[in-house]
Amino acid sequence: MLVLVLGLLWGRHMRSGPQASGPKQHPVAPDFTLPQVNGPSLTLSSYRGQVVLLDFWATWCVPCREEIPHFVELQDKYRAQGLQIIGVSMDDSADPVRPFAQQFHMNYPIVMGNAKIGEQYGGVLGLPIAFLLDRDGRITKKHIGATPGDVFDKEIATLLLKQ
Amino acid sequence: MKIMLLVTKIVIALAAASLISTQVAGQATSIPASRQITPEDLVKLLQSSPEQKPLMIQVGSHVLYTQAHIPGSEYIGPASTEAGLQQLRKRVAMLRRTQLIVLYCGCCPWSHCPNVEPADNALHKMGFRNVKILYIADNFGSDWVNKGYPTAKGD
Repeated sequence: MLVLVLGLLWGRHMRSGPQASGPKQHPVAPDFTLPQVNGPSLTLSSYRGQVVLLDFWATWCVPCREEIPHFVELQDKYRAQGLQIIGVSMDDSADPVRPFAQQFHMNYPIVMGNAKIGEQYGGVLGLPIAFLLDRDGRITKKHIGATPGDVFDKEIATLLLKQ
Repeated sequence: MKIMLLVTKIVIALAAASLISTQVAGQATSIPASRQITPEDLVKLLQSSPEQKPLMIQVGSHVLYTQAHIPGSEYIGPASTEAGLQQLRKRVAMLRRTQLIVLYCGCCPWSHCPNVEPADNALHKMGFRNVKILYIADNFGSDWVNKGYPTAKGD
């Protein structure tokens, strides 16, 4: 009887071992549907299969303004390979966002964020914050504060190679 | 085609430089250390006797305020806008000019904050001489919330 119990416990350990010691999975990015500044609502999960750069920003955020031209370049560079950049504006209204987007030639969708999505993403309590999602919608990187364009370039290129 | 792409890049860069330069005058780096208060010192002040509690005003983003703010602080509106400054002036108009007021933002790194300096200037012009600006080096999340200091949510 004792041997039987020990055998059952050993088998359970062996089944759970590999799962417990496997690679830590990156969390799936919280899905959302938000209104676009110019266009219909956008749902994040509709971009599965693409690499997504989710950028939380605002028109009054100086470091954000420094990053955005790099994002415009990256979107052009990697669009055909499956990159989609999405800007989540944390401005209090869309009024300043439209002319800003035009002035900066922003070539990717911009949605209006809110406190709820900020909380879903762990608290967006400073800008800019950018999340890099792989083709399965998993968060692989989180950048707090302005980040050089070449850093994003390398990370995006690496993710795009993975099918 | 290549020329068009180059021209576009130049236009974007000039637009960015132009907008960024308009923010230089409003940056917090011009606020002297004597008018700053660290998060640690503010927490100690808030834990002291009630009669010494300051009027705390967040002068940045409402979306950020709603996610997390210092308990008891009020939201006025972004002080980088005239509308926000008007709300600030209106809020403090009837206060004694010796009232201790703490202004804070935390939207982005201290050196780039467009809100605290205009707010500080506005109060100084109204005659307030007991104003402190909460020094937030990186952002409110890193320098206040993640340090475990008291936080409230909502409006």
